[in-house]
Parts: sequence; structure tokens; C-alpha cells
Amino acid sequence: MIHVLAQQGLIATPQIEYAAVLPVLIVLGAGCVSVLFEAFLPRHMRWPGQVVLCLLALVAAGISLAVYVSTSPKLGLTTFLGAISIDKPALFLWGTLLALALGAVLLIADRSVEPGGAFVAQASIRPGTFQDRAQVGSTGMQTEVFPLTLFALAGMMTFCAANDLLTMFIALEVLSLPLYLMCGLARRRRLLSQESAVKYFLLGAFSSAFFLYGVALLYGYANSVKLADIAKAAAGSDRSDILLFAGMGLLVVGLLFKGSVGPFHTWTPDVYQGAPTPVTAFMAACTKVAAFGGILRVLTVGFESTSWEWRGVLWAVAIVSMAIGAILGLTQTDVKRMIAYSSVAHAGFLLVGTIAMTDQGLSGTLFYLLAYGFTTLAAFGVVSLVRDSSGEATHLSAWAGLAKRSPVLAGVFTFLLLALAGIPLTSGFIGKFVVFSAALRDGMAPLVVIALVFSAVAAFFYLRVVVLMYFSQPAAEGPTVSVPGAFTTAAITLGVVITLLLGVVPSFALGWAGAGTFAF
Amino acid sequence: MTWVLALILLPLVGALVLCGLRKNDRTAMIVALTFSIVEFLLMIPMWASYHPSGDRLQQTSSVDWIPTFGVHISFGIDGIALIMIAVITFLVPIVIGALGTADKLPEGRSAGGYLALILVQQALTIAVFAATDVFLFYVLFEIMLIPMYFLIGGYGGANRQYAAVKFFLYSFLGGLIMLASAIGAYSIAADKLGKGTFDWATLVTVVRDAPTGTQIWLFLGFFLAFAIKAPLVPFHTWLPDAAKEAPIGVAVLIVGVLDKVGTFGFLRYCLPMFPAASKTLAPLVLILAVIGVLYGSILAAGQQDLKRFVAYVSIAHFGFIALGIFAFTQQATVGSVTYMLNHSLATGMLIVVLGFVMARGGSTRISDYGGMYKVTPLLGGMLLIAGLSTLSLPGTNSFVSEFLVLLGSFETEPVYAILASVGMVLAAVYVLWLYQRLMTGPVRGDALVGAGGGPGTAIAPELGAKKTIKDLGAKELAMLVPLVVLIIGLGFYPKPVLDTVGPSVQATLSAVQGGH
Repeated sequence: MIHVLAQQGLIATPQIEYAAVLPVLIVLGAGCVSVLFEAFLPRHMRWPGQVVLCLLALVAAGISLAVYVSTSPKLGLTTFLGAISIDKPALFLWGTLLALALGAVLLIADRSVEPGGAFVAQASIRPGTFQDRAQVGSTGMQTEVFPLTLFALAGMMTFCAANDLLTMFIALEVLSLPLYLMCGLARRRRLLSQESAVKYFLLGAFSSAFFLYGVALLYGYANSVKLADIAKAAAGSDRSDILLFAGMGLLVVGLLFKGSVGPFHTWTPDVYQGAPTPVTAFMAACTKVAAFGGILRVLTVGFESTSWEWRGVLWAVAIVSMAIGAILGLTQTDVKRMIAYSSVAHAGFLLVGTIAMTDQGLSGTLFYLLAYGFTTLAAFGVVSLVRDSSGEATHLSAWAGLAKRSPVLAGVFTFLLLALAGIPLTSGFIGKFVVFSAALRDGMAPLVVIALVFSAVAAFFYLRVVVLMYFSQPAAEGPTVSVPGAFTTAAITLGVVITLLLGVVPSFALGWAGAGTFAF
Repeated sequence: MTWVLALILLPLVGALVLCGLRKNDRTAMIVALTFSIVEFLLMIPMWASYHPSGDRLQQTSSVDWIPTFGVHISFGIDGIALIMIAVITFLVPIVIGALGTADKLPEGRSAGGYLALILVQQALTIAVFAATDVFLFYVLFEIMLIPMYFLIGGYGGANRQYAAVKFFLYSFLGGLIMLASAIGAYSIAADKLGKGTFDWATLVTVVRDAPTGTQIWLFLGFFLAFAIKAPLVPFHTWLPDAAKEAPIGVAVLIVGVLDKVGTFGFLRYCLPMFPAASKTLAPLVLILAVIGVLYGSILAAGQQDLKRFVAYVSIAHFGFIALGIFAFTQQATVGSVTYMLNHSLATGMLIVVLGFVMARGGSTRISDYGGMYKVTPLLGGMLLIAGLSTLSLPGTNSFVSEFLVLLGSFETEPVYAILASVGMVLAAVYVLWLYQRLMTGPVRGDALVGAGGGPGTAIAPELGAKKTIKDLGAKELAMLVPLVVLIIGLGFYPKPVLDTVGPSVQATLSAVQGGH
């Protein structure tokens, strides 16, 4: 059909750089194959089949990405008629997402910590019913989580490369819908899990509506959904600024929601707590990367010329986010909720780098995303190991004296907490350093000082866990620490090693992150 | 490899070895002691190869770390850093010796872990004094907190968790603010040179010419970190808690060595990098210093707890040191630098001796003791020597430095010098009163005569003593005698130290004067 139209000169066939978008195509393709596996493979072969497929797809996508980066003469092009921009930040984010997803898939695939895996066999059964009690004993697992992961990942990758707002919206939905489902799949504490899924879906739908409304207003303003056109329109025109800023405001609210930036964070603690821990790890690491990739692109490409008008607002948002994360984090008694609030605080720090609007700000934020992703991934990996008879023991009191019983686990978790707190020789410190130095050089000294104070406040609740693990008497009915299987061990090791490497020899990653700017 | 690098690496190797000796406390003790003594011996050729009249920074070594930001791993020493490193290597064997004499490990803890942490702390502290890259200095400044956090939190007294977290958070916050200032200095260098760097020597030449307004902000960032570390009133509240809860050896490390990073920072970073700001803000610092002297002295006199007593004594002494630094005269600054050394020796000895007292009586309350001199004359004598050095009696090391500080600061800041000299009188009050309460009179107090005993029940010591309290043993004497030798030796012949630090101090001061 298209060929016919093209011959008649009615429609131009879009030029597509297949080599450049191959990583996304591989992930999407693997997602489709994975659905077929679900339909046609016999039950006992599904889990091994899905795991192998997922890992292969991620590795293949990674290789194709590496090949493209190393062989392509000129990086930074737009394709699909300018709908997708494959520039250096996008490639960096793709690499980050693929590596993080690899770790997350390893956690998802683990079946040794929780017999049968962290996922329920039939998610649709209502909690508390007879059927639900019956399935507690079974060790079956819903392997749909694998295709869902792949689709979400493909959505994320498209999201941070989307060069127009409509593509971005579709990518947003592709990444969100699987995540809503995945939240409700926890094997234990079904009610909490389903509540989190509903909550995430409702609030997520709201934020999508905001986003879409913003897109509509911006279309009204610029007569185009392309970021470059919006920038052009905003640069010099006497059109109504109300449309521009109302549209931008609504758009950015939708994005900040996904990045769990306060005060749009309210879903974060509940969803992080209720979702199965491997899914939480995937969300915390990858969604954050994708969301901030999107925010960076929208602000830098679309709204740079008006930055002095909206920057004050995002200053305030960053401060609120850091304050909420750091202060409410102090009062938490659940490890997963605590890390959720820590992620809100980190979102604030990331926003500080994002609004710096300089090359250093861009590369600093990208580096921060990489660093934070791996640390938080490994941290959730560790959380999944501390268990008692009813599943994961996430209440902090259960972690008392853990260092006596399992010094290695306590040591690893301490290291990760220090990284989250931003202590030198961890990636967290270098991340904070690059972000704050970019902000400082862009004349945001007061904001940086506020951010530093909140870093110190946040350090308090990380230390509280260290104190609990090392200096407190163990609880009598304390949890046991499961011996992790190969998959979880690999995921935690990946996270810890990268956290350390980025802290001690960050030059190579800083080089990648600072390689180039957005193309549009 | 330079001597400095060897001094940094050796304790780390020792710590690794000790990690393998978690089971055997005795071997661990011997290994740790060996490493710390070899470390001390290594320091001697380093001192010998240092030429006071030579380059400002000697024994330098440098490799790139993060080229993107001009960060290097570079070390080097000047005279001030040299004597601080020397005093660390001197004190650590004593700190290790304190385990088993003044300190007991909590139940279920192995000596290997504790001693490994001590050696790591030693390595990091030496590295902090030797760092010549501002970024590296910051990194070490923060990393240094972690072993100390575990030393206080893991091996301290009843309220150790609170003290450990408080210590960590105070220093961490100060460090973060300093980081902001360091980045600010880096940006100035990046604007002027085209490429940013954290190299100290380069930064000094660039930042010193920045406008005074900018300098003041950057100065304040560094100053806050160092004022918390040193600690100056009103940033001092973590020290009494940390010193009270820490084991004796660790308290020696905190008060004797760690806190000196603060005053060292004033000299190395605040003054040469921000000369205009230093001059402008000097009155503020001097006021804090004098308040510190008087406040610390008065609170020391009022303390009921032996360890908190030492903490407040230190706060008073840090006031003197800051006074000397911000008076900007050669005499006063030399006085301050030697004060840093002498305070480590005098207060270090005071803590160790009081540790021996507490190990015998099992209580930290002053009122639980009395008349100990009759039972333990050697211990009493040692306490007297430590006390007299603390109150700067002529003939002890501290006199030289305190006198120089007051003399030097009187030239430029007579009011502050006169006010601070009241602190000398107060020092006599708190030291002699402490000695009187602990050592003189009849044997009394719960720690010595038992819970039911009061002053009236135990007039005859040989009848009233609850338990047989022994005088100092050979081990304990071996720890104290080197300190006594240095305290009296440097009191009569301080020339080697004065000669070593003189040129470095002069370089620091000429940086301040020249930048004005």
C-alpha cells in the first residue's frame, strides 16, 4: 500500500536508520516472541524459555548498540521523519536502561529465594478468598512478567529518544501499562500488591491525562508537536505565552510524576512497598532513567529559550522534592518505603542537575542516573534476601543486629546505603559532585547549598539502618537471610561492582555521559 | 615511592592482615603493635629527609585520578603536615597499647576488627594531612569518618549509637558545605585558566585574587567544616558525646589527631586560598576562639565526668590554637602549630592516665574517686605530669606554645590576647581541682571503697579499699614514659620542632599578607 502511494508521489516513504534503532526493535521483537512463548510453550518450559529469551534479547540489543556506536561515522541523527532522535544522550540512556534491565531481569528470574519465584500464579484471584488461600501453597509462577518487562523496557527506550510529544506520549503508555500490571503480581501480601497496582494505575492515568492536555495546548501554541518546532515558536513570536506555559506546566507535571519527583510522588512509597521487590527494583532503576531522560530532552530541546521564566518553579519543585524525601524518609519504619522516599530525594537532586541547562548539567544528570540506577537495583536485591516466615521482612526492626548473623550481606547493604548517602569512593558521591558542580557553575549556589543540607539530612536515615544492623541487639524472632541463587547474586554483584567502579574510576563513564548533546 | 606513600600504605596492609586474625586476639595485638611501631620507625627517615628551608611541598607524588575535573591523587608534606604525621605515628602504638590496659572490648567483639579499624584510621588521617589536591582532601576528609563511626558505634559506651551518629552527621554536613566551596574554587580556576583543576598549589595562586565577596562565601564553606572538626564553640557539641562514649584509645585518636585536621585546614586551606576573606572575618573567628577558651575552661571545671572533662579541656585549647592562627603573626602561628603537637601529647597522656584511673575504679564519675595517690602513687605522679602539661606549666611542652600564641597575638590583637590569658588561670583551676579531687585526701568514693562507703567509713586506706587496686604495671609505664620524655624534652628544647615548622608558617603568612 505504502509503495503504491509512494510511487504516486502521495506520501514520502520515511527514511529509517535501522542500524540505529535496532536495539529497540530487538527488545520489542523479543517481547512479541515472548508473548507467543506464553501461548504455545508447555507450562514446564515457559520459565526457562522466557529467561533465556529475555537475557538473549538484552544482550543482543546491547551488542547491536555497541556495534552501532563504534562503527557509525556520525552519531546524532533523527529518524522516522524526525520522530525519534538517536543522539548521544539517547544512546547513553539506552545503554544504561539495557544494563539496568539485565540486572532487573536477573532479579525477576530468581526462583531460589522464594520457592517458585516472587510472582503469583494467578494474579486475578481476589485476595483472601478460598482460591487465594489455595494458591499460597503452590509454587507456580506467572511468566507473563517477562514479556511485560520487555515491552516496558522498549517503551522506556523509545521514551528517552522521542523527539516529538506524540511519540513520547505513546512511549509513555507503552512503558506504563505493563508496569501497572507488574505491580499487582506479588506472591505474598496480595492485598498490598493489588492496592499498589490500582493506585499506580489511577494516578498514572491522571498524569497521562495531564501530559496529553499539555501536548494539546502546546500544539495549539506552536501548531506542531515536534519539540524543535515548539522551541522555534517560543524563541521569537508574539503568540500567547499562556498557552505555552500552561501547556508546558501540564506536560512537565506528567513527566515529574513518572520520575517520582515531589510533590508528585505520592504513589511512590505505596507502590514501591506493594510491588514484588524485583519489579520495584526495575521501576526504581529504569523508570527513573527513562523519566529523567524525557525531562532532560523536553526541557533542553523544547524550552531552553524560555528557561529563565520557568526555572524558578522547578527550583521550588526540586527543593520540595528533596525536603519531602529527606524528611519523610526519617520517619519510615519499612525498608522499601524508606528507599522509596530516598528515591524522591534523589529525584530532587537529579532535578537540580536537569535545570542547570548546560552541557555539564546534562552529562552530570546522565551520570547520576547511571550511578543511582545500579545502586538502587542492588539495594532492592539485598532487600529481597532478608526474609521471615511470611515473606520479606521489610520492617526495620527485623533488621536489627543483622551484621552479627550475616556480615557479608550487612557489609554490602552498608556500602549501598553509603552510596545512596553520597559518601566518597562510591558512585553516589561522584554523581552528586558532577550534578552540584554543574548547578553551581550555572549560578545556582543557594539551591546547591540547600541540596547539600538535605543530603546530610538524608544521610541520617541511611545511617540509622547501619546503626540498626551493626550496633543493635538482634531481634529474638529475627528474619533469616536466604542464600541467594545465582541470578540474585549476579544482579547484586553487578550493582555493587558498578557502584564501586563509578566511585573510584569514574572517568570512562563521565566521558560517555559528556560525549555530546541532543540532536533535533 | 616516597616515604609518605609508604606511611599511608603500611597501616592498610596491617589492617588487611588483621582482618585475617579475627579469631586470635593475642596475635592480633602483637601484629598491630608491630605494624604501628614499624610505622613510627618509618617516620624517622621521613623527618630526616625533610628540609625545612627547601620547597614548600616535599616528597611529592601525583597521578591523575579524574582528568575530566582535573583531580589528582597527589601527596606531599610541608613542615606542619610533617609534625602532625609524626605525632600520629607516635600516638598509635599507645592507642593500641590502651586495649587491654585502659580499654576492654565489648562482649563478642574480636580485637582484630578493632585494631584493623584503628590502623585504617591511621592511614586515612596521615593521607588527609598529606593530600595536596583539594578534591582528594575532601574525599579523605569524609572517608575518614567511616572507620571512626564504627569505632565509636561498635566499641563505645552505653550511649554509643547516639554519639556515633552525631559525630558522623556533624562532620558530614560540614564536609558537604566544604565541597560546595571547593567546587566554587574550582569554577574560579576553570574560568581563569580555561581548564579547571583541584591541585592545591595551582588553586592557591588563582583563588587568592578573587574578589573579597566571593572569597568570603568560599571561606565560610571551608571554615564551617574545619570549625566543626576542630571544634570551635558553637560547633563543638558533638565532641563531649563522642569523647565520652568512645573507648580510651579512640578518644586519644579523636582529640589528639582527628581534631587537628580542623586547625590544619585553617592553615593549609583557609588562609592561603582566601587571604582577603581571612583578614575580613578574622575578628569573628577571634571572638569564637576567645569564647571557646573561656567557655571550655569553665565547663571543664564544672564537669562531673572524667571523659567529658577532657573534651572541654580540648575545646579550650582549640580556642588558643585558633587565636594564634588568626592573629597573623609569625610567633603566634608558630605557637599554634606547636600547640597542635603539644596538645596531642599532653591531652593524649591525660586521657590515657584517666583511662587507667577509670579502668581501676570502673566509673567515669569524678565523685566516685578520692585519695588515690595513697594507693597508687605512680599513677598519681603521671596524672600530675599530664595535668601540669595541660595547664602549660613552664618546663613542659605546652608552655612554649601557649606563651608564643599569647605573645604573638598580643602584638596585633591585644584585647583578645588578654581575654584568652584568663584561660591560663582557669586551666590551673580545673587541672589542680581535678587532681585534688581524684588523688588527695583520704581514700573515698564509691569506685574505691564500695557502694556503701562514704567519706566517713574509709579513713584508713588499707582497711577501706573495696578491692586491691594496683599501681601502674610495666605495660602501662611503657606507654606513658615516652610521653613524659617528650613532654619534658620539648619543654626545655623545642628548637627542632620550631625549626621544622618555621618556614612553612612563614610561607602561609606571606600568602595572607601578600594577598591583601
